[in-house]
Amino acid sequence: MADAADTDNDCVIRIRNLVNAFGSQVIHDGVDLDVRRGEVIGIVGGSGTGKSVMLRTVVGLNQPRSGGIEVLGRDVLHMTEDERHELETHWGVLFQDGALFSSLTVAQNIEVPLKEDLHLSERLMAEIAACKIGMVGLPADAADKFPSQLSGGMRKRAGLARALALDPEILFLDEPTAGLDPIGAAAFDQLIKDLQSSLGLTVFLVTHDLDSLFAICDRVAVLVDKKIRVATLEEHLRDNHPWVHDYFHGPRGRAAQTAAH
Amino acid sequence: MAPAATILASEEHGETVLRAQGEWLVVCAAELDRSLHSLKLPQGRHVTVDLSGVDRLDSAGAWLLLRTEHELAARGNEVELSNLQPRFAPLLEQVRSRGVTEPLPHPVPPHHTLVGFLERLGRITIILLNRLYDILGFTGLVTVTIAKLVKRPRRLRLIATLVQMEVVGLDAMPIVGLLSFLIGVVMAYQGADQLRRFGAEIYTVNLLGISILRELGVLLSAIIIAGRSGSAFTAQIGTMQVNEEIDALRTLGLDPIEVLVLPRLFGLGLTLPLLVFFADFMGLLGGGLMSWVALDINIPNFLTQLQSAVTLTTLWVGVVKAPFFAAIIALVGCYEGLNVTRSAESVGRLTTQSVVESIFFVIVTDAAFSIIFSLVKI
Repeated sequence: MADAADTDNDCVIRIRNLVNAFGSQVIHDGVDLDVRRGEVIGIVGGSGTGKSVMLRTVVGLNQPRSGGIEVLGRDVLHMTEDERHELETHWGVLFQDGALFSSLTVAQNIEVPLKEDLHLSERLMAEIAACKIGMVGLPADAADKFPSQLSGGMRKRAGLARALALDPEILFLDEPTAGLDPIGAAAFDQLIKDLQSSLGLTVFLVTHDLDSLFAICDRVAVLVDKKIRVATLEEHLRDNHPWVHDYFHGPRGRAAQTAAH
Repeated sequence: MAPAATILASEEHGETVLRAQGEWLVVCAAELDRSLHSLKLPQGRHVTVDLSGVDRLDSAGAWLLLRTEHELAARGNEVELSNLQPRFAPLLEQVRSRGVTEPLPHPVPPHHTLVGFLERLGRITIILLNRLYDILGFTGLVTVTIAKLVKRPRRLRLIATLVQMEVVGLDAMPIVGLLSFLIGVVMAYQGADQLRRFGAEIYTVNLLGISILRELGVLLSAIIIAGRSGSAFTAQIGTMQVNEEIDALRTLGLDPIEVLVLPRLFGLGLTLPLLVFFADFMGLLGGGLMSWVALDINIPNFLTQLQSAVTLTTLWVGVVKAPFFAAIIALVGCYEGLNVTRSAESVGRLTTQSVVESIFFVIVTDAAFSIIFSLVKI
């Protein structure tokens, strides 16, 4: 852990020449991407351009056709079970609708990763779960509720609490603000920003939400034409590629820009 | 490289100093928790918690620090956290402002006492009675919908009904046929074994004919269909419920009972009697072949004996139960499906429940039929 940080490379995710395809349909055709330590990188693109596939590939849920992926300096595509298990404790993933285990309460959901290998006492696990529940802004009585008793926004917060259970270095978020009302979405953005700065997280954010992009992302990767264009927002705003231009200069893009300034 | 974290207490210049050192991470939390609990906390003093030795800190570590601070303060100490590395300050602040909450005590149900047991027994009894009442209510609702359909028969979903007939009837023929055949074989073999002792092997045929036609054919088919199609009804309708498809139907002005329940009810009601007839045939075929092999009763002899043992009424007594069983399976399956709440877990739970309930009701109804038939002496 510490060793990875101390080495000179400051790049926590390194994707090289990634090719993803389903049957004859090519989704990514030679994508390169570097994610630096401590940054929030936003992944955007039209529907079906493979934003979620990208996330799933990095966390090992999807086997790419070819290419290389390194996370924290380790080759994700060729590792043993044990190495993968160890690596998985360094990242947290928040799926679109929280993906909470529906038969467990919120507190039990958060305790799932804690139960592995750590030998914590029941009491301490309950304390840590309560602490995470507070950190993501859920009321304390949410601990004993089942996911079906929570609203969409609360489920996402609970999912985030579970993703943060092991204090990961990298946080993968798949459309965290989709389906939230503007106030809830803005609060969620702020929460991610707060946690990111206080916990020193690297955030890999797949989103459609332009407001999130302007509010919290340091850099933005745009998936277009099966390739990726990574730059800061200012640079993207000057980009002449028709899709990128339409995306950032459309009515919603402009509204989000004005809101951010 | 096992990370290590420690906390040590000492007395310096008339005040207590707690020195935290090492890596205060979640991986060390268990060990830290133990050493914190074994620490003797002072009372009413000035306590400095020296954090200069903390190399790494995560939110679990921060929680443990703040919990200790909180416990010290609760004992009337004046607490000071000092020498925290500046990079950890935001994290500590984050946990302090939002994360310091005591876990609420879990409500523990009194499971292991006699009172608790009686309470649960009573609760379950009430739940079961309520469910029976609800299923009766649902049956009424479906009946009303059928009555409306009689007025406007064009609203019957013919294609959906035919699809259900194919799925629950035609597609079930191989499994129902095979199992009935095997049961016929087993019955013939076991019957022959016992009856041979009395030199009454030929009555194996009577045993087969009556038990298969009256009971086994219809019960076996109903149980297989409850497991195969009753569960499918619950799972299909339940998944639609999870996806809000049922609500979508309602908003489109379509009645879910009419669109989803009636095709299944009619499809199963029409095909289960046919399946029972098929099961009867396959059962007798299995029994006949086994009698031929094991007892040397050839097929013409078998048929002659069968004709003297059973009448057409014997067949009807079995087949007439089929529409009732079909209605039970379809109604329970659909009712449980519509009962699914918006969680995937409830689909699984209610599917199991639907199969158990429909088999239970099928057997209870079968017993009721036996009593009625014996009263009217059929």
